[in-house]
Amino acid sequence: MNSITQKTATPKITVIIPAYNEEKTIQQVIREVKSYTENIIVIDDGSTDNTRKMAEQEGAIIYHHIINRGLGGALSTGIQAALLGEADIFLTFDADGQHRAEDIPKMIKPIIEEGADIVIGSRLLNLSKNMPVFRKLANHIANAITYILFGIKTTDSQSGLRCFNKKTAQLIDIKTNSMEVSSEIIKEIKNHNLKFVEVPIQAIYTDYSLSKGQNFILGLKTFIKLIILKLFK
Amino acid sequence: MLIQFLIVTTALFIIIRIILGFKKGSISRKNLIFWVGLWLIISVIVLLPRTTNFFAKILGVGRGTDVAIYLSIVFIFYLLFKLGLRLEKIEREITKIVKEIAIKSRGDKNP
Repeated sequence: MNSITQKTATPKITVIIPAYNEEKTIQQVIREVKSYTENIIVIDDGSTDNTRKMAEQEGAIIYHHIINRGLGGALSTGIQAALLGEADIFLTFDADGQHRAEDIPKMIKPIIEEGADIVIGSRLLNLSKNMPVFRKLANHIANAITYILFGIKTTDSQSGLRCFNKKTAQLIDIKTNSMEVSSEIIKEIKNHNLKFVEVPIQAIYTDYSLSKGQNFILGLKTFIKLIILKLFK
Repeated sequence: MLIQFLIVTTALFIIIRIILGFKKGSISRKNLIFWVGLWLIISVIVLLPRTTNFFAKILGVGRGTDVAIYLSIVFIFYLLFKLGLRLEKIEREITKIVKEIAIKSRGDKNP
């Protein structure tokens, strides 16, 4: 209808937070993000703890998975929910407290100013020195695999902090359920020829956030699933 | 030989189970033909092992029984692989359902 007025208005920024058993950190994360946008969607991915209640108390919009489906499923739900909410800019943000909300404006900037389709916050692009050695190595391996399989060079293909515009949100089709979703998104960048920018971010590594995320066995599983993804679309 | 008797009885038992399953509707026609065919072939090979010698010669494998074992291993891997793909597909479909429920149950409460 009045698309001109819509375009000139300030874009609606929606933050998508997939959460599975994150009762310890979710409230703090929501509170920090809130100073940048009011539109916060939390996908409670079948948590067995109080994640849902905690997020509700902070006034986030909750989408509840009746059973745990993994990161890919949660992100997919979150993106669809944000699209329904007519978001213009989409941010994915980890619930474990490893991201800094201060990085949000930095993530959005390339979308608004440079016309980027998708921005990935890289923990390894020059700034972040505090990543544990094993994590670094694992990330290098993941990046190499992502490059070999999908042909896109990234410094941090597994990062949970991403920002994208509406076009990207509508285009990317998430098929995988769990952690391999991060590489799948990279694959979608290539498939749809999206304009992709990496932005250095700082990650906060606590024992808690380290106990979450990928470990070696999970990494191996992710690798096998990625190959299946590559072979059988 | 006892081994022949054991395998053939097992095969017969399984074939009966498959047919009963088909009658009950829990096994599709495609699967019925496939599995009954497979167990019949196994029974023939067990009862007349020499039939496999023909294939052994063609493939350049020493003995007929070896051919049977090699082929079964390949076949089992293939089945496992197919099963893996199938599981992955089911997983993805479950996710779709869970996603749908999550979106629907919020209904008009959208942001």
